[in-house]
Amino acid sequence: MISTKDITFSYQEDQTFLMPDLHCDAGNTILITGDSGKGKTTYLHLLAGMLQAKTGEIVIDGTNLNNLSNKKRDQFRGQNIGLVFQQSHFLQAFTVLENLEMASTLSSGKANSQKAKELLTRLGLKTQMHKKPHQLSLGQQQRASIARAVSNEPKLILADEPTSSLDDKNASQVIELLTQLSKDYKAALVIVTHDSRVINQFTNKLTLV
Amino acid sequence: MIFKLAWRNIIFKPLNTLLSVVLLTASVAIITLLILLQNQFEDKFNSNIEGVDLVLGAKGSPLQLILSSVYQVDAPTGNISFDSAKVWMEHPYVEKAIPLAFGDNYKGFKILGTTTDYLEKYQLTLNKGKLFKHNFDVVVGSQVAEKLNLKLGDAFFGAHGHAEQGEVHDSYAYKVVGIANESGKVADNLILCNIPSVWQMHAGHDHDHDHDHEAEFTNPPHGEEGHVHSDDEEHGHGETVNLPRGEEGHIHSDYENDMSIDTPNMDITSVLIKFRNKMGFVMWPNIIAQNTNMQAASPAVEINRLFTLFGVGISGLQYLAYAIMFISGLSIFIALYNTLKERKYEFALLRVQGAKRSQLLILVLLESILLCIVGFIFGTILGRVGLYVLSTLSESEFKMNFDPFVFHWKQEGLLLIITLLVGVLAAAIPAIKAYTLNLSKTLANA
Repeated sequence: MISTKDITFSYQEDQTFLMPDLHCDAGNTILITGDSGKGKTTYLHLLAGMLQAKTGEIVIDGTNLNNLSNKKRDQFRGQNIGLVFQQSHFLQAFTVLENLEMASTLSSGKANSQKAKELLTRLGLKTQMHKKPHQLSLGQQQRASIARAVSNEPKLILADEPTSSLDDKNASQVIELLTQLSKDYKAALVIVTHDSRVINQFTNKLTLV
Repeated sequence: MIFKLAWRNIIFKPLNTLLSVVLLTASVAIITLLILLQNQFEDKFNSNIEGVDLVLGAKGSPLQLILSSVYQVDAPTGNISFDSAKVWMEHPYVEKAIPLAFGDNYKGFKILGTTTDYLEKYQLTLNKGKLFKHNFDVVVGSQVAEKLNLKLGDAFFGAHGHAEQGEVHDSYAYKVVGIANESGKVADNLILCNIPSVWQMHAGHDHDHDHDHEAEFTNPPHGEEGHVHSDDEEHGHGETVNLPRGEEGHIHSDYENDMSIDTPNMDITSVLIKFRNKMGFVMWPNIIAQNTNMQAASPAVEINRLFTLFGVGISGLQYLAYAIMFISGLSIFIALYNTLKERKYEFALLRVQGAKRSQLLILVLLESILLCIVGFIFGTILGRVGLYVLSTLSESEFKMNFDPFVFHWKQEGLLLIITLLVGVLAAAIPAIKAYTLNLSKTLANA
């Protein structure tokens, strides 16, 4: 589960943003919506520990992210947070399976290829796992990146505009997978989106203004 | 896994990789070749000088005299009178004087008239047979025996001068009486006989052909023997012949008529001198140059001069090789730097998944270093292939060969370190960029 309290953030000394508080239990989903430029991605990066909040608390599964050093935050992110982006990035020189193995190696120290294969099979990518990422369709790529995001059994799944470059069919498939997997792994799911196809499906929302 | 990724990234961009590896291979190959060549060349040259303080020969280029008399690679400078050379050979300063007389060759291998001291000087021991005693007895060097497949008792005709296609002397046949062990020196490529053999072979010889550089001999009193060869049947150029029994007399197996070393007014080519008193080494070159029509040249001095000449070329090539290495470093740098923009998402991704900054640094450095190692391995192999080719060429030209399988650990190890250093330097800026990557900014702009 994740909860934040009184987070402030500033890019420059004289400019400080106050971020609204957020709470999401394990297995649940919360949407962060808002118009462009309102700081949706900044909020997500704060939650992921990629940006450091100036003040306040970001508590993930009992750990306050804001109290950790940069190095510890990187390590914590690798072990407890799964990230899905708008455009899926992969290691181009590796196959889809190897991309997942790399993720588990970096988070746990060893390549868990058995689990990676199971995940890819479950997400309908069994025949694609030995292909290079660029050989997959956009929808397949997004599913593969979801598989990668959950391969470390995270406590928190963060998705940044996961559907905006997908068609309706793939978009709903991705949302369904994300919610299903977050329930299975008992992870809190935070989705940043301005996609109306997604917004209408959820009631738990935080709108940045 | 980082190592695997580095390796895959290299293979993933085959053209970039190819360019860098080809450049690296070229520079490493040139430098390796130079290292091997320089070491072995100097070894070969210096091992042959041992025990020769001065070379006495006809006036001309001192370097040519040394090359022809000590290394057997150039044409002789001309002839000197054996009688006047003897004055110096018997001087009390002299510990050992070995006269040399060049005449013929057999299939490109020089036939050298000398004394048995020559074998001693080059530590040439006999593998089979005995030393030459009578005229036209020859001891063949190990390389000659091997390449021409000569056995004891074989007989052959020599061709005049040092050109393989020289006029065949078919008046007398040389007979193999001994085969020498390998010494690793020039003597392995020689056919050795006594000096009167050379004289007798050329006695009464018609002087109607080109005489440049070859040993020229005055007519001895009993020069009539020469007429035999003109009526003879045609023999191939220096072919080994099986002599028919009936013609035994034809090859002068009766040694009574043979010329002896004491025949007056004869010429030789040069004398190798080792001093007992080193004063001679300092004084003789001047004395001989001023008082005789001969010259005395020092192999050490001349070879030093030769190396200095080579040195200019070698260091020029070395600079070229290092320039190529610099360019290959530059090509690695450009390749890494160019892909940095597209790869920053990969780096961000790795960081998101928990990779440390230092792991990204290592990844980029590894890619560059792997390229350098591959280039070094290929270069080391190619350099040796180059030396092998060169060795084959110099073998047929100069009877001098090089061993491509010798490793000069110190110099080649240094080369490896330099190559790796180029790799580290080329990757330094891209690696630091990967290290200092701003995770949030990179992903926000995606």
